[in-house]
Amino acid sequence: MRPSLSISKLVVNAGFMIYSALCIIPMLVVLSISFSKEQSIFQGGYSILPRAFSLKAYEYILGGNTPILHAYLVTIAATIAGTVLHLIISSMFAYTLSRNEVKYRHIVSFLVVFCLLFNGGLVPWYILLSKYLHLKDTFFVLIFPYLVSSVNVLIMRNFFKGIPDEIIESARIDGSGEFNTFVKLVVPLSTPVLATIALFVGVFFWNDWFTAAILIENNKLYTLQFLLQSIMNNIAYLQGNSLVEDIAANLPDETARMATCVLAVGPIVIAYPYLQRYFVKGLTLGAVKS
Amino acid sequence: MQGAKARRTIPVLSELLKNRVFYLMMLPGLLYIIIMYYIPMAGVVIAFQQFNPFKGIGGSKWIGFENFKFMFQSDTVLQVTLNTILYNLVFLVTGIGFALIAAILINSIGNRLLAGAYKSILLLPYLLSWVVGEYLLFSFLSMDKGILNQLLGSFGIEPVQWYSEPFYWRFILPAAYIWKNVGYFAVIYAAGIAGISSEYYEAAELDGATKFQQAIRITVPMLMPITLILVLLQAGKMFFGAFGDWGMFYNLPMQSGVLYGATDVIDTYIYRSLKQMGDFGMSSAAGLYQSLVGFVLVLISNAIIRLYDRDSALF
Repeated sequence: MRPSLSISKLVVNAGFMIYSALCIIPMLVVLSISFSKEQSIFQGGYSILPRAFSLKAYEYILGGNTPILHAYLVTIAATIAGTVLHLIISSMFAYTLSRNEVKYRHIVSFLVVFCLLFNGGLVPWYILLSKYLHLKDTFFVLIFPYLVSSVNVLIMRNFFKGIPDEIIESARIDGSGEFNTFVKLVVPLSTPVLATIALFVGVFFWNDWFTAAILIENNKLYTLQFLLQSIMNNIAYLQGNSLVEDIAANLPDETARMATCVLAVGPIVIAYPYLQRYFVKGLTLGAVKS
Repeated sequence: MQGAKARRTIPVLSELLKNRVFYLMMLPGLLYIIIMYYIPMAGVVIAFQQFNPFKGIGGSKWIGFENFKFMFQSDTVLQVTLNTILYNLVFLVTGIGFALIAAILINSIGNRLLAGAYKSILLLPYLLSWVVGEYLLFSFLSMDKGILNQLLGSFGIEPVQWYSEPFYWRFILPAAYIWKNVGYFAVIYAAGIAGISSEYYEAAELDGATKFQQAIRITVPMLMPITLILVLLQAGKMFFGAFGDWGMFYNLPMQSGVLYGATDVIDTYIYRSLKQMGDFGMSSAAGLYQSLVGFVLVLISNAIIRLYDRDSALF
């Protein structure tokens, strides 16, 4: 019995190691290209380890006023502002839906759930933002479309429901106003769920290329992911855009492209070990949500 | 609190006044979903208009079902609908299947440290965007410099032009989906497995059940509620407008027109009609079509799930 068991263990471990390698190798290749000499890429193609080490690509990107640094700032600002606003609006909203004394909570909850089932689609959404709210080509449009999400509201509502009534009741008896109770008592008790949602929303804003692609023309407002996409694709509609042409003409092409990608992924990978357990917790919260 | 029932006759206003702090806290969120979700829902009427962006919804001409007629005349809509459904079915089955296997196997690994490491590595791709995915894939598939063609070359095989051979993409896209999402599903399953009482396994062990039998007879059925929720959520996303996860179809094939037959789905089709052709009529008709199909799909899968297990259904 013993030996056969350890053989099956060996097979399982080998399988996972191969799969893990498949997950990591693409990132290693991109990293390696970014640290290679442009010349060596041209001659020998991509490789998992740099054939000839060079920091040229990073020197170029980080030295001076390149669009990439600018996109970095825009993305950081949108991520922070978007996440904070999302948390404030959604958590207050979810809290009122979790309180039994709020009589109309069922109707409003239904309104929230229905958004999960039906939506107007891309075009009305686009027309609303650009024509009626006049948000096209503003920094705010990178944030505004994603301030409340039904799923997040429902997850938070369910978490708030789990807070014992006695705690809130006793705060009320002590003369605390409802808003005060929420800020001073409920929010600190809910840090696990709030941290998780903050992380998900933060990653969403960081990874968002779509909003900029459809609603941003001013190159001062490009997000990192959109810039990354434009550099790679050099799509027809971006030609004639001086910024992108500048990039195409002046970059140590391949290596700098990949270095930009590394810089876009870097913060997530570096933060990942610390944030991971919140992600796992959040996924679990979402799963038992129903 | 109990008195509230007796005073049911009080008008709306006094409820709003009594709980005014709560309703004030609710207001930003409520206004937001009305503006950003419900107004666009009403905006679907432009599918029946010859929409002119300068005149707006009020000033544009009503043309009935013209946009839809025009849309269904082309074969493209049928093609992208088929692609959307087929890809999503493949994603659903392989993604959830692989995740279930991965979660059970990770759980069978005694070494906590290793199991944790595998979980972390599997989950990492979930946090990357599809734009980054495009770069990662390109490093493998690039015609002249990519790793894959180098590898093929070392076996003496001719390099493949990956970005102009639609055939391969029917496998590349599911592989990419699995690469990105399996860790996410597996973590959800792993949490579910942790919640199964060890008594079942002990009893099975006494009866002489093998590990494999235990997995099939105990773990998989016990995880059924999670599987149903995942299926429901994924079925909903399938046609969930611009806000589902369609970035892979847009980014991974790098806009290679030759590949559209194999890689285009409804979302990319709508996006391209709007973004590159500025065709409001066509894209809004396709958008409404997509939303309606999605709505029906969610209702159907919910009904099926309800038949199977009442508690797991969404409503």
